[in-house]
Amino acid sequence: MDPVRIVEGAVTVLDRADVDTDQIIPKQFLKRVERTGFGEFLFHDWAKEPGWELPANPILATGRNFGCGSSREHAPWALEDYGFRAIVAPSFADIFYSNCTKIGLLPVVLAEVDVKELMAAGHARIDLEEQELSFAGRQVGFEIDEEIGRRLLEGLDDIGVTLQLEHEIDRYEAERERTGPVTTTLTQ
Amino acid sequence: MAARSLFDKIWDAHEVAPAVLYIDLHLVHEVTSPQAFESLRLAGRRLRRPDRTLATADHNVPTDGSTTAKQIRDKLSRVQVETLEQNCAEFGVPIYSIGSDRQGIVHVIGPELGVTQPGMTIVCGDSHTSTHGAFGALAFGIGTSEVEHVLATQTLQQRKPRSMRIRYEGALGHGVTAKDLILGTIGRIGVAGGVGHVIEYAGPAIEGLSMEGRMTVCNMTIEGGGRAGMIAPDETTFEWVAGREAAPAPLPLDEWRKLASDEGAAFDTEHVIDAAALSPQVTWGTNPGMVVDVTGTVPEPTGEGEERALDYMALEAGTPISEITLDRVFIGSCTNSRIGDLREAAELVKGRRVASTVEAMVVPGSAQVKEQAEREGLDEVFRAAGFDWRSAGCSMCLGMNPDIAAPGERVASTSNRNFEGRQGRGARSHLVSPRMAAAAAIEGRFVDIREWT
Repeated sequence: MDPVRIVEGAVTVLDRADVDTDQIIPKQFLKRVERTGFGEFLFHDWAKEPGWELPANPILATGRNFGCGSSREHAPWALEDYGFRAIVAPSFADIFYSNCTKIGLLPVVLAEVDVKELMAAGHARIDLEEQELSFAGRQVGFEIDEEIGRRLLEGLDDIGVTLQLEHEIDRYEAERERTGPVTTTLTQ
Repeated sequence: MAARSLFDKIWDAHEVAPAVLYIDLHLVHEVTSPQAFESLRLAGRRLRRPDRTLATADHNVPTDGSTTAKQIRDKLSRVQVETLEQNCAEFGVPIYSIGSDRQGIVHVIGPELGVTQPGMTIVCGDSHTSTHGAFGALAFGIGTSEVEHVLATQTLQQRKPRSMRIRYEGALGHGVTAKDLILGTIGRIGVAGGVGHVIEYAGPAIEGLSMEGRMTVCNMTIEGGGRAGMIAPDETTFEWVAGREAAPAPLPLDEWRKLASDEGAAFDTEHVIDAAALSPQVTWGTNPGMVVDVTGTVPEPTGEGEERALDYMALEAGTPISEITLDRVFIGSCTNSRIGDLREAAELVKGRRVASTVEAMVVPGSAQVKEQAEREGLDEVFRAAGFDWRSAGCSMCLGMNPDIAAPGERVASTSNRNFEGRQGRGARSHLVSPRMAAAAAIEGRFVDIREWT
């Protein structure tokens, strides 16, 4: 994962609440076995609506509970492949939020009134290290889990980080692991 | 020690290091795993615990009785199932693929085989993993990067979520089911009501549910935004688990009985819902929180989102739910495709005919559910009534296989999501219980099941 520190640029507005991952990337595009190339199918059905516009800017500002529904990581893959680097919303669905942080697509939670102002401003700069958004001449702070922030800033490989704890995992398995079920002994 | 909840106890027993959670069981399916296996391969990493991993093919499989991946006509679906088979062979993961007599929807086969047990941590690259919480396990959906992380480390980096308890007072009324209870709950707390929380369902109405019913409730936790849903294991749970292939014998009952939340355990959020006041539920909109009593009417929209939903659903505010006519009925999905669900639906269907205007199908949740239903003659009941009797898979819950509703078609569905396009582009989904779906198939419109039985 590439480190994320500053995301700056124009803001794309999708002013809808409860946008689910079935809209972000419909099921017929989940059949691919690759991780890339999902951007062209982003909001596949909504994109057919008259008046639909979704410029591929660095920042997407949207409504509350963004990314609800399915756990498909294809949704953040599609948003990222399309060109977005950060998503700003009043709230996110849990799994979607987590998935974004795993691929370096920065999710930023901001009060609804601030998101509305950001939408109106049209341009912004997000500084992850300072945990601050600048737009229309004002600065707004945002919260992010310290550990998630650190991983994004340093572009760390999560698995690599956890494998540094391998001896702890070994010890857990030796001393505290639950007995069974053992899947490899099930009747085939 | 301070009073702890079921969730606290499982969390504490699995924390390897701060915010690193050990995973007892990793369930894998074809859609969210190929990129994880590929990354593992590229990084030259091993799969840490194949004996804690189990795979099946469910999302893509046709339900026409095909028995090998080769028979899947859709090329991308075929490749995805074949890729899963190859990955499992390469990394030593046990798999029940298409054609196996144990294949089925991942959240149906886990409990069925007995690999889902009280006190465990269970993950899968699928949001409906919350289903397994019905057994007093901590179970939740993860994305593909996390699938890879679990494959490589058997752990997850996970901050402890907040906790919520929803207590149901009173008993469910006649004809009101677990599906109505959870739909009614989501209607009250909203589709984001549970965000950031692990939810424990409690109270007499929950204790009175069968395991199938409890799985239905926990399954739809994610539709209320919850990270995981859980129910304290009790005699109903132990009886259900006992004797299944992967279940321990004898059951460690002393240990399992200690899992229930202690008296006085603290929850970050609490709700109380009067179960006795719940009616059969029907969704009218494009998320599961847009739901009303079957005796109600399509509500006046209160904002842009609801206006959009009414427009998509081609419904007018004020229309009685009982006047909504259907083109299709789907009985299936990880929410409602278990033997208990099929028995309930069959009981209503027996001796009746599906309306001439309706195409109705039943998709058992697993090959074993199908076999059991056929032993009981349920397939004959459904067929005689005009239902299409299919093979196991996710099917029309999300339409990744050929079971897709056409644009504009209105579907009564026992599944979990009524999102735009979920069951087919332009298709209009109404979520209901298996009984309500069965009755809707017969009448061609929604009916209050309480007036039937």
